[in-house]
Amino acid sequence: MSARDVHGVEPPWGDAFSVIGKPHRKVDGLAKATGQALYADDLTLPGMLHAKTLRSPHAHARIVSVDTSRAEALEGVHGVITGADLPTPYGVIPWTPDEHALAVDRVRFVGDEVAAVAAVDEDTALAALELIDVTYEPLHAFLDPHEAAERGEPAIHPARKKGNVSKHVELEFGDVEAALADADVVVEGDYFFHGTTHAPIEPHCALARYSADGLLTVWSSTQITHYVHRTLSAVLGLPAPRIRVVQPCLGGAFGGKSDPFSFELCAAKLAMLTGRPVKMLWTREEVFYAHRGRHPMHMHYRTGADASGRLRGVDARILIDGGAYSSFGLVTTYYSGQLLTGPYDFPSYRFDSTRVFTNKPPCGPKRGHGSVQPRFAFEVQLDELAERVGLDGIEIRRVNFQGSDTATVNGQRITSNGFAECLDAVERASGWKDRHGKLPLGRGLGVAGSMYITGTNYPVYPNEMPQAGIQLKVDRSGLVTCFTGGNDIGQGSNSVVAYLVAEELGMDHRDVRVVAADTDLCPVDLGAYSSRVTFMVGNAAIDAARKLRGAIVGAVAGEWAVPAERVRMVGGAVLDLGDPERALTTAEAFQLAEARLDTLGSTGSYNTPPLGGDYRGGSIGASPAYSFTAHVVEAEVDVETGRITVSDAWIAHDCGRALNPMLVAGQMEGSAYMGMAEALLEHHEVNRFGLHAGPSLLDYRIPTSVDTPELHALIVESLDPEGPYGAKEAGEGPLHPAIPAISNAVFDAVGIRLRHLPFTPAKVLAALAERAPSAAGSGS
Amino acid sequence: MLRLPAFELARPQTVEEAVALVAEHGEAAAVLGGGTDLLPNMKHGLVTPRVVVSLASIPELDALAVAEDGTLVIGATCPLAVLASDERVVAGWPALAQAAGLVASPQLRNSGTLGGNVMLDTRCRWINQTHFWRKSLGFCLKKDGSECHVVAGGSRCVAAASNDSAPALMSLGAVGVFAGPGGRRELPLESLWTTDGIRNKRTDPGELLVEVRVPATADGHRGAYGKLRDRGSIDFPLLGCAVRLELDETGAVGGADVVLVALQARPARLRRCGEQLGGTTPGKADFTAAAAAVAEAARRQARPLANVPGDPDYRHAMVPVLVRRTLEAAGGGGGPVHPL
Repeated sequence: MSARDVHGVEPPWGDAFSVIGKPHRKVDGLAKATGQALYADDLTLPGMLHAKTLRSPHAHARIVSVDTSRAEALEGVHGVITGADLPTPYGVIPWTPDEHALAVDRVRFVGDEVAAVAAVDEDTALAALELIDVTYEPLHAFLDPHEAAERGEPAIHPARKKGNVSKHVELEFGDVEAALADADVVVEGDYFFHGTTHAPIEPHCALARYSADGLLTVWSSTQITHYVHRTLSAVLGLPAPRIRVVQPCLGGAFGGKSDPFSFELCAAKLAMLTGRPVKMLWTREEVFYAHRGRHPMHMHYRTGADASGRLRGVDARILIDGGAYSSFGLVTTYYSGQLLTGPYDFPSYRFDSTRVFTNKPPCGPKRGHGSVQPRFAFEVQLDELAERVGLDGIEIRRVNFQGSDTATVNGQRITSNGFAECLDAVERASGWKDRHGKLPLGRGLGVAGSMYITGTNYPVYPNEMPQAGIQLKVDRSGLVTCFTGGNDIGQGSNSVVAYLVAEELGMDHRDVRVVAADTDLCPVDLGAYSSRVTFMVGNAAIDAARKLRGAIVGAVAGEWAVPAERVRMVGGAVLDLGDPERALTTAEAFQLAEARLDTLGSTGSYNTPPLGGDYRGGSIGASPAYSFTAHVVEAEVDVETGRITVSDAWIAHDCGRALNPMLVAGQMEGSAYMGMAEALLEHHEVNRFGLHAGPSLLDYRIPTSVDTPELHALIVESLDPEGPYGAKEAGEGPLHPAIPAISNAVFDAVGIRLRHLPFTPAKVLAALAERAPSAAGSGS
Repeated sequence: MLRLPAFELARPQTVEEAVALVAEHGEAAAVLGGGTDLLPNMKHGLVTPRVVVSLASIPELDALAVAEDGTLVIGATCPLAVLASDERVVAGWPALAQAAGLVASPQLRNSGTLGGNVMLDTRCRWINQTHFWRKSLGFCLKKDGSECHVVAGGSRCVAAASNDSAPALMSLGAVGVFAGPGGRRELPLESLWTTDGIRNKRTDPGELLVEVRVPATADGHRGAYGKLRDRGSIDFPLLGCAVRLELDETGAVGGADVVLVALQARPARLRRCGEQLGGTTPGKADFTAAAAAVAEAARRQARPLANVPGDPDYRHAMVPVLVRRTLEAAGGGGGPVHPL
């Protein structure tokens, strides 16, 4: 990290911000609301073909033969490809390239891709799929991760030579056994997190064009343009400079569009083969099969504390059901342990996490990647601990608060930390002191806390280059265009870039345009994952804007023959602080600067400082800044039906500085909603045939507006020293406490501990019956 | 998105034209009301009509009227949203208004029709899926296969009636008017549904539901509908319960009827609930005790299967709760019971 990567938390001009901190509309808000925004499936090109994918009906099978001749003979079919056409394996993590665009010799889950067809229209392509003859030799299918952990044959990935273990990580910090032996109280228990998926509104879609001069362009609904670019080059054998990847407007991703996917590779390959543009749009069912959602985790925790409730040691053993491929699984396995070490001080900690392959849709990163599941287990266990030592749920979290400017037990640097303020905020807003433990039977309050990364210094593939780059171009009309590789997936990162550049240049943010996620036009950014974009692209944007500002101010100061300190850019004008009569419009200043200097523009970048513990994997989860969250939820339990109704969720989130409080609140509400959905309704379930139990938005129960509680977003601003004007992430952290807070509220309501997700009414009834067969009416 | 297979759309202007079209094309024809059930089923390959006969251009079919004798006359294409909010229906046939108001979601009720809901095909977690999905497990008894995945070794399809309006209409003694090549005939809806999940209606090929006639209710009529589902909207019933009570001048129950749906292919009437509830007075202890007894009898009578989504044991446990709460709601002039 160089000086250019840290820009301070203060307004660039004087005491107050002009653009930052105000609830401006998103730059693409009206386009989306009016239907003018162009998503991948809105794009069409002359002569465009439509492509469809043939998928495996078996959970695990060897492919004996594939015969495409009948499909190729169908009128209207222009191209048919199989695994033999794209034999190069790939994977988003370069160390685990175990995927193929189309299966080469083996299928690993129901829905695995086997062949693809490009035809004049979708119906013809679908008809052609029916004419592809595949002979399978079914193999034993692993649907239970415990079985996969114990039994290596048949190996789902025979080349990996580790049975069916995808990744194993065991790390210990301090002497956990000794700490637990010395503890006054030890709570031990099993917890289960089921699978859930992202369910973005927009299904995945790509359009590929291969021009006569050998240039490939792929428009794709990806959240990481750069990795798609690299993977297309590797798998297609095409030099990267001959490939352009563009992300159009995106209809939600939540981590589900982070991997390079078969549909991008197949659309590109078919475009190259046919010489025609090729579009592939997935059905909703296909989105469920592609998955990459939340890993099911079987978790065993032991937590010890002294009599005052201070934590002594935490010991975790986790079995992770990875599904059929690695995806981000290496990182998931680390994250399942590495991200638990705040906002509480752990004197000692150990985790032993094993990810196994199973014959189910592959899991990957979903909002709060790898850490939502352990956070659920731990925050419920912490509540159990509080009960044992006689502390209030908020009090035990205060007692163990790690503070700011400290280090975690696993060597992560903590800078700003507003968790204590988050606890204060939810305590106050929910009326906790007067109401917790005092509500009528069936109604309760629960609290939980969490921490999450704001990006990580682990760049997926090792390199010394910046994580985020940006380029500013100045137009004589007074327009500044920002070119950023960052992916706006609805979180509003393009808007943030416009606000930051406008603030630095004293401009109206509507005169700042953002061109993003186009590999021909934009400097590389590593994409929208790990909650990194606002922090990293934001810092790069300030870096670039300050360089440009220096040039413009210098040119104006030279023209006016005054010291540069007297020149201020504010409100769309350039002023002389020493002479109120002297002023230029921004456009005039740009023209003046261009005349005196050169064509105007600037670049900026951001890279993380050296971070992380000095051990293998110590940089995974090492973030330049951590966000912190506390939730209190109010839940009602019908003891006769077992139904849990969450009436209110108070969400306090430390986002550093709220660059746009409306967007921050939106992320907080969306996160809390998604967590509640996972706790109460959503279940990515695979049935006994290895088939997804209901791959549709009818059977996969996403809460509707009437199922959604009142969401109270309470923004806490800790002003991080390294964030752009002090900002940290807001898109993922606020999800974490939602789930354990509901479990803890149910305990307050009816005295049962829900340790296994999802919290179905049947589970509630079973727990009520188990607790006190004759006393369903005694409550808390 | 899933492709809708190609078909020819016919837009007859009269019932007679519609009947003629259905007669002409036989099994290759399908009747389109609001399309909220037919079109997804076509996308899933469950029905493959060559000709879709839309009823949208037959003006008389969306009527909603009260006849001189007090009969409620509902045209087959009357939107569920209209039925649910009509003040006459809300007041006179509350169980029906409540049931119609709990079908699917607001948008789907604007499009979906009462006729479509009455004629809804049975549903099952193993059938209402895409062609690829069903093919992956070798299809099932209801279509294209020979195995039942709900009941191992089962030879009889147990897909469930999933129409919220059905138990309400049955409890109200409603009659369906069907038009066919031989003219019109009336069929008590009581007799419409069968226990065959593959085809659970006793209509002749070529017959078309044109209207539903619901007898007038007396002053002492009480009714309510209760529905179990996971979410507060959209979902088909995991259980549905319609209650009808007829109170005499003293406020005591003279007659009672309870009909359940989403258990088997046919809505199921509870046996002998009139005897148990007769003479008791809503709001008083005797009614509460009788309602609890009816609920317990319902638990014994009902056998939820793993046909619709969800845990059948949980659904079974909810049968008495739903029945009791819906009885209490009807007795108190309230309802609907939702969420349960």
